[in-house]
Amino acid sequence: MKEFGYRRVKHVQEALALTANDTGARYLGGGTNLVDLMKDEIEAPSQLVDVRFLPLSGVREAPDGGLAIGATTSNSDAAAHPEVRRRYPALSQAVLAGASGQLRNMATVGGNLLQRTRCAYFADPSEPCNKRLPGSGCPALPGEHHNHAIFDWSRHCVATHPSDMAVALAAFDAVVHYETLDGPAEIPLSEFYLPVGDTPHRETALPPGALITAVSLPKSAACPRSRYRKVRERASYAFATVSVAAALELHDGLVGRVGIALGGVASRPWRARVAEAALHGEPFTGAGLRDAAEAELAAAKPLRDNGYKVTLARNLIVAVLTELAER
Amino acid sequence: MNAPADVITDAVGTSRPRLEGPEKVSGRARYAADHPMHDLAFGVVVTSPVARGRIRDIDASAVLTMPGVLGVLDHRNAPRLDPQASGFFGPDGSMQLLQSDSIPHAGRAVALVVAQTPHEAQAAADALAVTCDAHPHDTTFTADHPAGRAALTVLGEDANVGDVDAELASSPVVVDERYFTPEEHCSAMEPHAATAWWDGGRLQAFDSNQGAFDVARTLASLFSLELDQVRVRSEHVGGGFGSKGLLGPQLILATMGSMAFGRPVRVTLTRRQVFLMIGMRPATEQRVRLGADTDGSLRAIDHQAAFEISPLAEWVENCPEGSKVLYATRAIRTRITAVPLDLTPPGPMRGPGLTPGSFALESAMDELAERLGIDPLELRLRNEPAVGPVSGLPYGSRNLAACLREGARRFGWHSRDPRPRRRREGHLLVGTGLAATAFGSSAFPSTASITAETDGSYTVRIAASDIGTGSRTALVAIAAEALRVGTERIRIRIADSDLGPAWSASGSRGTPSWAWAINEAATRLREQPHDPTRPVTVTVDTAELFTGRFVREVHAYSAIFAEVTVDPATGEVRTRRLLGMFAIGRVVNPLLARSQVIGGMIMGLGMALHEEGVRDPVSGRQVNADFAGYHIPAHADVPDIEADFVPEYEPDEPSGVKGAGEIGTVGTAAAIANAVWHATGLRHRVLPIRLDRVVEEMA
Ligand SMILES: Cc1cc2nc3c(=O)[nH]c(=O)nc-3n(C[C@H](O)[C@H](O)[C@H](O)COP(=O)(O)OP(=O)(O)OC[C@H]3O[C@@H](n4cnc5c(N)ncnc54)[C@H](O)[C@@H]3O)c2cc1C
Ligand code: SF4
Repeated sequence: MKEFGYRRVKHVQEALALTANDTGARYLGGGTNLVDLMKDEIEAPSQLVDVRFLPLSGVREAPDGGLAIGATTSNSDAAAHPEVRRRYPALSQAVLAGASGQLRNMATVGGNLLQRTRCAYFADPSEPCNKRLPGSGCPALPGEHHNHAIFDWSRHCVATHPSDMAVALAAFDAVVHYETLDGPAEIPLSEFYLPVGDTPHRETALPPGALITAVSLPKSAACPRSRYRKVRERASYAFATVSVAAALELHDGLVGRVGIALGGVASRPWRARVAEAALHGEPFTGAGLRDAAEAELAAAKPLRDNGYKVTLARNLIVAVLTELAER
Repeated sequence: MNAPADVITDAVGTSRPRLEGPEKVSGRARYAADHPMHDLAFGVVVTSPVARGRIRDIDASAVLTMPGVLGVLDHRNAPRLDPQASGFFGPDGSMQLLQSDSIPHAGRAVALVVAQTPHEAQAAADALAVTCDAHPHDTTFTADHPAGRAALTVLGEDANVGDVDAELASSPVVVDERYFTPEEHCSAMEPHAATAWWDGGRLQAFDSNQGAFDVARTLASLFSLELDQVRVRSEHVGGGFGSKGLLGPQLILATMGSMAFGRPVRVTLTRRQVFLMIGMRPATEQRVRLGADTDGSLRAIDHQAAFEISPLAEWVENCPEGSKVLYATRAIRTRITAVPLDLTPPGPMRGPGLTPGSFALESAMDELAERLGIDPLELRLRNEPAVGPVSGLPYGSRNLAACLREGARRFGWHSRDPRPRRRREGHLLVGTGLAATAFGSSAFPSTASITAETDGSYTVRIAASDIGTGSRTALVAIAAEALRVGTERIRIRIADSDLGPAWSASGSRGTPSWAWAINEAATRLREQPHDPTRPVTVTVDTAELFTGRFVREVHAYSAIFAEVTVDPATGEVRTRRLLGMFAIGRVVNPLLARSQVIGGMIMGLGMALHEEGVRDPVSGRQVNADFAGYHIPAHADVPDIEADFVPEYEPDEPSGVKGAGEIGTVGTAAAIANAVWHATGLRHRVLPIRLDRVVEEMA
């Protein structure tokens, strides 16, 4: 681990000023990802600006009638909040499906969005990796990629985004709020993560030094009939192989609002817009659902060793939406 | 049961928590890297990034000026080692560290950086400029690899009983299948660590190992020292599972550091280094052919196993061992083939050979039962042998049938519908399976000394190891019984090579071997008239009594039952219930024995569903050399486990005990694989049973 400075801040402006003056500075949330990466010098910040004492914690009602979750709210608190559980249950389930109790107590909502990929080559500094060391190559493409992306990858990087929480946020049309020295701004989660292209090291649309302040969930997306299902190699303490967050409203047998997002399949939560469009406004039938899932996965480009994820994603969409429809 | 007639204590057979438990949970127990030490320096290992090649240059000049750095050892300046020093099976190149510029496998130590603090040493190790020439490598194992050759048969000659081909040809039902198991790693909680220093011409070490005496002896020969110039202690060890059975790189390098820099040096492997540098269970490919009559009587067992090794050292993954003793049959043939590849030399991992071998044999038995339409339990009972089918020797205590019957009763086996894919609970498929095992047991020579103190207490000294299993506690009970006193009167000292030769905690031979020496010493002490006002010591080395001849087939046995759920839409297999009935002779301490076998069953569960060392097909390096990537069961994967023992006493073994260390692991993978077949109707002959291998296309 490289030596680094540590600053605890109480005001947002103070945090922004520190990172503006030092491009090597990084915000520290729970540290559950950043500190791990620092140990292997995959991250080597000059200083850590600890944001956990900023007044950004807690879940509150948003002006539009939705919810706003402060960036430093712990993953545990976000998942346990009664209004999150009532209005956006899939979000609570997604957070609880991740990591472990201890980690969720430490981890923050802002940090969760920005956690790095779990590609093993990324985590091993003795390996090349375009994400870690731009231009060094992507050993996962010819190598071990059994758990990598099936959508929207490029030959520069085939990694997936590991967050469970972000998948549910995607299904609920969440918006990320942040601040820079220019003032507050926001960006829909659907545009937050950048396409891989030839710059896999550039992961989000956040401007340099931006501090995430909150994530909001619009009122229109609230959906008690929602569910997060995570498939993993063991019963807990494993990242998703494939996961799905789905919200479904039925009116007289017709599909109203439907939000479907897949995890573990791309460098960002994969909003299943093709399947949603196929379902929306139509009568809900088993055959229609299977066709919709099929249509979504038609665009998948599995790698040599991860074709099973196509089957898995298709099955999951069908299983979870069937379950929601039967409730 | 069947304790010696004049036993007056309940020392053996009573559950007692481990003696050092309070020390461990309060952090007072000191492991190899915990001992405070004056003037201590720290060594960090630098490893090879390439799978085969040559070191072109190591430029230490920049590193030598870094803060706290004492120096760098590499093949040009490290102390010379004796190339003839032996590991498990003769000269062992895995111990020849920093002796040449050749790189035989990825993760091989190429330098040791020594500094005042661990952080300074790590920083310098990270900065060390090592240039390697990569040579073409081969790390891809297949049974028909052209380099394959007959493996050593030191662990037992190939079986050649009867005419296997003729029996198979005339068998109405034949199973002929191939089974695959991947590289698996022990990676115990405590990483391999050692502290070495010189004390008036004597090399001293705290080391994490499974046998302080064996390690000291190997260390002495490697560094061309006399045995009495070396003392190794390993009072507390945080798990071994086989991976600490041999002199490890941590101690070799710490010793080199202490010689080069004239002060104590501590070397602790990182988690990644434990995966890369320490021998793994090699990948295996096995072909099993079984022939049977329609009534289920076996006519032939043909078990051919191939496994990977490294040219650096011999290794024997003796997969067909169980096939030589479990079942009666007219003909048995076993073959083992070793395939040399550019790998870290494989080594022992809990139940070496038998564990992957049991997966193959017991899966094949299940397939045979399926094809015969005979209950898998019944099939095993119908083939109980009267004498060893290969050795012709009579069996010692053999309670496999009792394990099977009692296990079946408790598990509710008899209400099972034998047809696969019949039980559903919602979207889940449910299935059950079983496996039978045998694990060889015997006692090897050890030295024990017992002192009768003047206050009526006794001090027992034996270089036994307690790698977390509770053997210290078990040996106190054995000594108390042998001395006919209560356990409160026994003090014990273990894990110090100065206490004399002793078998290590390996091969499930630890407790029987140590019990033998303690029993002999106690008997002689009791028989020796002595003045109670003076302490008296009796020392016995059972090497004097060891004949090396075995007149009976002595094995521990078990029957493992598993119930799994399978979600065919996701491929997720979860173990819901595991039950093991064990016959391990007399149970010294039921609490600790149960922990042992439960731990073994969880390890078998990991083998069935999770564990797999994955290599990059291009670089040949292990990709998942950490616990983020190398999955073992989490708590939520470990179901309701029941483990119990059938009453047994093994008259041929000291204190009536047989080994319990490994048998828990052995049968579990097959029991789970058989349960997955029962749930889904699909056979899994490749471990682990990953979800991508199970997920089905939904209609
Ligand atoms: C063993 C283990 C298992 C795990 N399993 C799962 C799992 O199953 N599913 C899952 O989804 N996750 C899992 N995780 C990941 C975990 O969810 C993340 O580590 C956690 O959410 C990160 O939050 P943090 O606050 O600790 O972030 P930190 O580690 O503190 O920071 C992460 C990144 O976010 C930046 N950052 C933090 N806060 C802000 C802010 N307000 N504004 C701008 N930038 C910020 C930091 O600079 C850093 O780059 C696991 C982690 C571990 C260690
Ligand atoms: S997939 Fe991406 S993260 Fe993984 S090695 Fe390739 S570039 Fe690096």
